[in-house]
Amino acid sequence: MDQAIPVFVIIPLAASFLISIVGGRIGGFGKTISVLVFLSTLIIILTYLISGDHASMVYKIGGWEPVGNIPIGIYLLLDPFSGFMLIIINGMAFLSTVYSVNYITKYTGEKYFYTLFCIMVAGLNGVVLSGDLFNLYVFLEITVIASYALVAFGTEKEELEASFKYQVLGGMATALILFSVGMIYWYTKTLNIADITKILASSNDRMLIQFSELILIAGFGLKAAIMPFHGWLPDAHSSAPSPISAMLSGVVIKAAGLYVIFRLFFNMFAITWEISVLITAIGTLSMVVGVFLAIGQWDLKRLLAYHSISQMGYVIIGVGMGMMIIANGGNIALASLAITGGLFHLINHAVFKGLLFLNAGAIEYRLGTRDLNQMGGLFEKMPLTSGTSLAASMAISGIPPFNGFFSKLVIIIAAIQAKFYLLAALAVIVSIITLASFMKFQRYAFFNGTSQNYAKDGVREVPFFMSFSMLVMALLCLALSLLMIPAIRESFLQPAVDALLGNNEYFINLLNL
Amino acid sequence: MQGMSPIVKKVAQLVMGFIFVYGIYIITHGHLTPGGGFAGGAFLSGTFILLVLSFGSNVLNLRREEEEASEIEGLAIFTFLLLAVIGFLLGMRVFFGNFLPKGRIGELISAGVIPLYNIAVGVEVGAALLTIFLALVIYKEEISK
Repeated sequence: MDQAIPVFVIIPLAASFLISIVGGRIGGFGKTISVLVFLSTLIIILTYLISGDHASMVYKIGGWEPVGNIPIGIYLLLDPFSGFMLIIINGMAFLSTVYSVNYITKYTGEKYFYTLFCIMVAGLNGVVLSGDLFNLYVFLEITVIASYALVAFGTEKEELEASFKYQVLGGMATALILFSVGMIYWYTKTLNIADITKILASSNDRMLIQFSELILIAGFGLKAAIMPFHGWLPDAHSSAPSPISAMLSGVVIKAAGLYVIFRLFFNMFAITWEISVLITAIGTLSMVVGVFLAIGQWDLKRLLAYHSISQMGYVIIGVGMGMMIIANGGNIALASLAITGGLFHLINHAVFKGLLFLNAGAIEYRLGTRDLNQMGGLFEKMPLTSGTSLAASMAISGIPPFNGFFSKLVIIIAAIQAKFYLLAALAVIVSIITLASFMKFQRYAFFNGTSQNYAKDGVREVPFFMSFSMLVMALLCLALSLLMIPAIRESFLQPAVDALLGNNEYFINLLNL
Repeated sequence: MQGMSPIVKKVAQLVMGFIFVYGIYIITHGHLTPGGGFAGGAFLSGTFILLVLSFGSNVLNLRREEEEASEIEGLAIFTFLLLAVIGFLLGMRVFFGNFLPKGRIGELISAGVIPLYNIAVGVEVGAALLTIFLALVIYKEEISK
């Protein structure tokens, strides 16, 4: 299996170049190839996780062995946490491309869509596999530059403006990240994450390390759209074509933002009290403020985009509480529970928010509007869209038996056990407001009883491939609740948490010491 | 876009060939001297940019040229990936493996597969910069119409 690690980058990249060459000549080439590509990468990563072998694996690109215990090449590393992210990325990419088969026909330039999509996924796979700080930055740039172009894919005024805003703020994030990587390189004289860990552990210059930590939080916070850095997200996520919104909201802000923050602060820097309080504080801020910004929105996709900010807050407080407990020298089992809640909510959010964006795309596909005031009564006309979006709305608002309930429950239980009563109370209140805003969405979009207006417009259920993706994701909303069963959690979720907690293991594997 | 004066045209005609050959020199000596695929590719595209700037936009069929440049770009980058994958499939399952004989240090035919990577990068960068330039020229033409 360890030979197969670079395959996650090679296959999507090769597909994107192939599509750009022959996609214009052979009709339907782009969609066929990209669906097959993401299906194959999904199968490869699933076989790794199902095999039950949770050892981390290192791949040295170009075969450059370490010289005198100093790593000189670029390393890729697959451990259970990377594997967990790869499942989300490739699974969502597969479902989004299947959905695009019908959806993208309303745009021109289908070939460019699939080319950019494959490049974006190749970059995301690279980000979660990279064991080298600069290489991680390069893959991050590949991802975001492809996503700038994809946000502007409609080339109307609104899309171009959103893309420009995204580019300006993304450029700032890039500058901050590169500056911080440069500082770390200057201080440690190496870019390999494991090597940096070794050198930082034996250094005592806290000032410089803290400075680069703060800049890293700002840079990756911009990519993850945490609260003070969230300005670009509602525009970009609502203007993009819907499969891309699902990818951006469901995957990109997690893999390119949160994943890197978690990975670096757990496995590279030593966890300190100040940083963990800071991360938890911005998580709480985005959770609370995001939902208040969301509830007043009438543009459906903007409402969903603001909820992404809020739900990311849940993930961050889950993991942030774990960091605070560890920094205090508290109970590791409790920290593990909090981080489990955070990561569980991460995968749940990818599924239900992806589904909600696909629902919004389905409504836009038939009605040509995203304004909630112009919808209504779609329950009879589009039963499948209505049913799946009800499932996703209940999942995001935390109604049992859907997956969102269980992950929020784990986070709240962990908060109460760790005596963070305020966080637990806020998490419950935000969940209730979330429920309110999704009741608004359900009522205005599906139940407001004006369905006779659509009789002459020919509004009906969306085509097969779009329905297929939405149905699979709605089933996943239910199926992911099974992760609460200890046997399944032990084999899938717990290894990812252990990979974050056992920072020595990451380090030893990567250096091959 | 109009062409420039006869003096500029004549000078451009005189130097264009040299610039092109110099670009090829930079690319093929990438593993021996400073420079390489990226720098040499910029020279190659510079030749075409000079041609369009001095002779005006009517000298080439811009749209066809842009499509072709874009396709050459895709082919070049695909070749690059293919070379890396050949290294993966031959020998030790090493992505970017250097599967050709290394030769003697300092000779033109040496360093195994690296000159081939340089050539692929050179064509890719040349075609990419040309595509960007032509896209800007076409945009300008459409605005002025």
